[in-house]
Amino acid sequence: MDEFFEATITVNGKAVTRRVQPRQHLIDFLRDELGLTGSHTACEHGVCGACTVRIDGQIRRGCLMLAVQAHGCSVDTVEGLTDSGELGALQQEFHERNALQCGFCTPGMLLTAQELVATQPDATREEIRDFMSGNLCRCTGYQSIIDAIEEVIVTRRKGAQP
Amino acid sequence: MNDRTRPDLLAPRAEKPGAPADARTATGYIGLSVPRAGARRLLQGRGTYTDDLKLPRLAHVVFFRSPYAHARIRKLDLTTAARQPGVIAAFDGRAIAEYCTPWVGVLAHLKGIKSPPQHAVAIERACWQGEAVAAIVAESRAQGEDALAHVEAEWEELPVVTDMEDALSNRSVIHPELGDNICFKRDFVTEGFEDAFAKADLVVEETYSFGRHTGVTLEGRAILADYNAGEHSLTVYQATQAPHMMQDIFSRHLNIPEANVRVICKDVGGSYGIKVHVYPDEMATAAISVMLRRPVKFLADRLESFLTDIHAREHKAKVRLACTKDGKIIGFDLDDLTGIGPYSVYPRTSGIEGNQVVNLTGGPYAHKNYRARLNVVFTNKNVTCQYRAVGHPIAVAITEGIVDLAAQKLGIDPAEFRRRNLIADDAYPYTFPSGLKFEQLSHHQCLDKLLALMDYQGLRAEQKRLREKKIYRGIGLAAMIEVTNPSPAFYGVGGARISAQDGATVRLEPTGMVTCLVSVTEQGQGTEGIFQQICATAVGVSIDKVRVITGDTGTTPYGGGTWASRGAGIGGEALLQAGKALRANILELAAAALSIDKNALDVSTDAVCDKATGETKMPLAEVGRIGYFRPDTLPLKFQAELTVTRHYTPREYGFTFTNGIQASYVELDTDTGFVKLLKHWVVEDCGTVINPMLVDEQIRGGVVQGIGGAMLEECLYSPEGQLLNGSLADYLVPMSGDTPDIEIAHVCTPTRQSELGAKGVGEAGTAGAPGAVMNAINDALAPLGARVNVQPFTPERILRALGKV
Ligand code: FES
Ligand code: FES
Repeated sequence: MDEFFEATITVNGKAVTRRVQPRQHLIDFLRDELGLTGSHTACEHGVCGACTVRIDGQIRRGCLMLAVQAHGCSVDTVEGLTDSGELGALQQEFHERNALQCGFCTPGMLLTAQELVATQPDATREEIRDFMSGNLCRCTGYQSIIDAIEEVIVTRRKGAQP
Repeated sequence: MNDRTRPDLLAPRAEKPGAPADARTATGYIGLSVPRAGARRLLQGRGTYTDDLKLPRLAHVVFFRSPYAHARIRKLDLTTAARQPGVIAAFDGRAIAEYCTPWVGVLAHLKGIKSPPQHAVAIERACWQGEAVAAIVAESRAQGEDALAHVEAEWEELPVVTDMEDALSNRSVIHPELGDNICFKRDFVTEGFEDAFAKADLVVEETYSFGRHTGVTLEGRAILADYNAGEHSLTVYQATQAPHMMQDIFSRHLNIPEANVRVICKDVGGSYGIKVHVYPDEMATAAISVMLRRPVKFLADRLESFLTDIHAREHKAKVRLACTKDGKIIGFDLDDLTGIGPYSVYPRTSGIEGNQVVNLTGGPYAHKNYRARLNVVFTNKNVTCQYRAVGHPIAVAITEGIVDLAAQKLGIDPAEFRRRNLIADDAYPYTFPSGLKFEQLSHHQCLDKLLALMDYQGLRAEQKRLREKKIYRGIGLAAMIEVTNPSPAFYGVGGARISAQDGATVRLEPTGMVTCLVSVTEQGQGTEGIFQQICATAVGVSIDKVRVITGDTGTTPYGGGTWASRGAGIGGEALLQAGKALRANILELAAAALSIDKNALDVSTDAVCDKATGETKMPLAEVGRIGYFRPDTLPLKFQAELTVTRHYTPREYGFTFTNGIQASYVELDTDTGFVKLLKHWVVEDCGTVINPMLVDEQIRGGVVQGIGGAMLEECLYSPEGQLLNGSLADYLVPMSGDTPDIEIAHVCTPTRQSELGAKGVGEAGTAGAPGAVMNAINDALAPLGARVNVQPFTPERILRALGKV
């Protein structure tokens, strides 16, 4: 257990090098070592999506990945994607529709939704419900979350039309 | 099979409910869907949940928990564990008991309720799998968990009681010193009951079972206790719904003066009643902080949450309904059994849920005869206690299930049957046979509105059409009443030091902004948002001028916190009165400064103005400047009071009842037993609606939790008392693909007890949904001659009912 590995990870655009225990999960590394407490753990089993972060452009579950596995990767969290403005449209819609209550699931929801918005610009309401089915929210009942994502997708589609 | 042809079942997203930032009505912000300001930081990942906090010299505690449901501790050796890397200390139950006294979860008004003393960490014996028997404190959580493997324990297994009926038989008594396994019992009968049932044209009877389930807050229970020996003071950061209650409890059980205990509740990742109870491991964490004189943190991981967060709703209820042949309900007869684990939970007790079932069964209907028997028994499973909608999901489901069965037997349409029996809207005030008093309900208005909202006749026609194609759809209704805004009759009269009143302090800042401090807490439901709306309205300022502080016993007035749908109705009224008083004081100051009669002045849009013309007389920033920095310019005897505190306690009625009705529309796959929830409707009367969007979102979230209990959720135990599904991969909760869109409408009957007129709404969705879903499933099953009455309605149970497995 005393063994450490040196890992260099680009987190929210900045390279950080840390000595990490091989058993440390990425989510714990982000939260405990870097103080990026926006991502959460809730199930620790890969089923709730609260720990969702983005690795090299794709969403992943931070509780299913070790920090050392992220060596050489680029990791984005809700903090970085807020600062870059990438989540802005979703955050605005979530806010106006109260698509969050306690907010514990929210960072994971936003990252997942952003991947959907980016990769499936034609997603229907049913497809949105399906895509978001790996993210647990115990507070909202989901409808406002689905509404918010649908609004962002529809608005983009309208904007994309000539 | 998936004939989802009705376009409105796939309704597109709702109209955006959020009001623009600068919106306000002639009367202020009450009734507007203002997006809540506090949500922004959560959206940016900048919330502060208890686990996000770090303090210097912070230690982490983990617990060694009993692997057995019932066993004597023969030997517990912590010496090897204590020597592991990073370990600071290891304690058994006796060591912790020297700093933390045990408690007993009873209340005087639940006559005869009994429970043995419970320790923070078990001594000698563990009574459920997961009960903590030792604590290990380490530099990091991981080091603590490593050390757990080095705890040496020897156990002597004791007889295990997991089945409620087995417990009731007293074959094996869990706590011999109590004499039997009965924690609490209640027998109730109205005069003439037997006679009325004997004379009835029809008596229907059915037994309903409910799976034990739990709240599954996404954030596990979390506490960071920081004892400072120099001050003999304890600061506790805790994810809790009741900071003042916890302050009192830490003070009394750790023997620290109340004034030296401060409980701070930062952001909370979901509560739903789970975080309003006293948990042994949290008490132990506080005790250990005192023992080690340093900050100590505990966070329940997911397995610990399943093993030790309170469970709820394990009931088996036999219910009978008597009626006339023309469909008039004469009375209800209830026999309810519930198993609560080995201890009654402190300080609210585990008797309340069953008691609520007795209080509420048959509640919406105008009948005069009622008999109820309740047995609350100890078992060797995790403890149960109050979880969102306490008792209501049981009472509503059994009432509405048996009502539907009676309607079916008489060949009367279920909506029509309800119309004949719901208490008339002009019958109030009304006393229900169980003794509860209703101020004013609106069952018939709600029913009418619901039937129109869902196009009941159209759905029935569609259902009929589809049946010919062998597509089985069902429609289920569930009317309900709900306890909100509880008076001291709920806990205080029973001796619990749980406040039924709340307080609000409102302060005008020198710049004209307003700070309010309220004893109700924010758990995500939007309390701070509606407080902004109420305060801005009461004082007469724009909403962006108001800052709200909650969740800190060191700063807010004393109060009950957040539970039993009380935050808006009680805390909101206190705040309204405080805001009005501040407004009056502002006018006094302005009148003195301007030498104008105060009755000619008003506050509007951040300024004192002429009441008649609206002309601005003095901006609030000027009122603040004079009041705080230049009081020398005011008349000699005039003292400005720009901070005001007010309190409110509902007292006229024991509870301010709300009412509502829900409907569910489902489609059954007769080959797989799967049920697709197509749509859900709710009509609710919660009195004054302060923020329609937040109210509707509370209802939606509540409905989905109710759907969880009805369709998916159950804590499964083996006969040996081992929890079989202690992970979110095994214990299923509703995900976005399982849930229907939920349409909501309101009837508005403000309570006359308060000026604000708000009743509670946070639990209504959960209260009614399981009954509506059950009735819809049984409606779909009816042409196939099948019926289900054991929740959750898993595909297996449905296939069994259909005789297919
Ligand atoms: S904590 Fe990673 S998926 Fe739940
Ligand atoms: S907002 Fe609380 S879990 Fe989603």
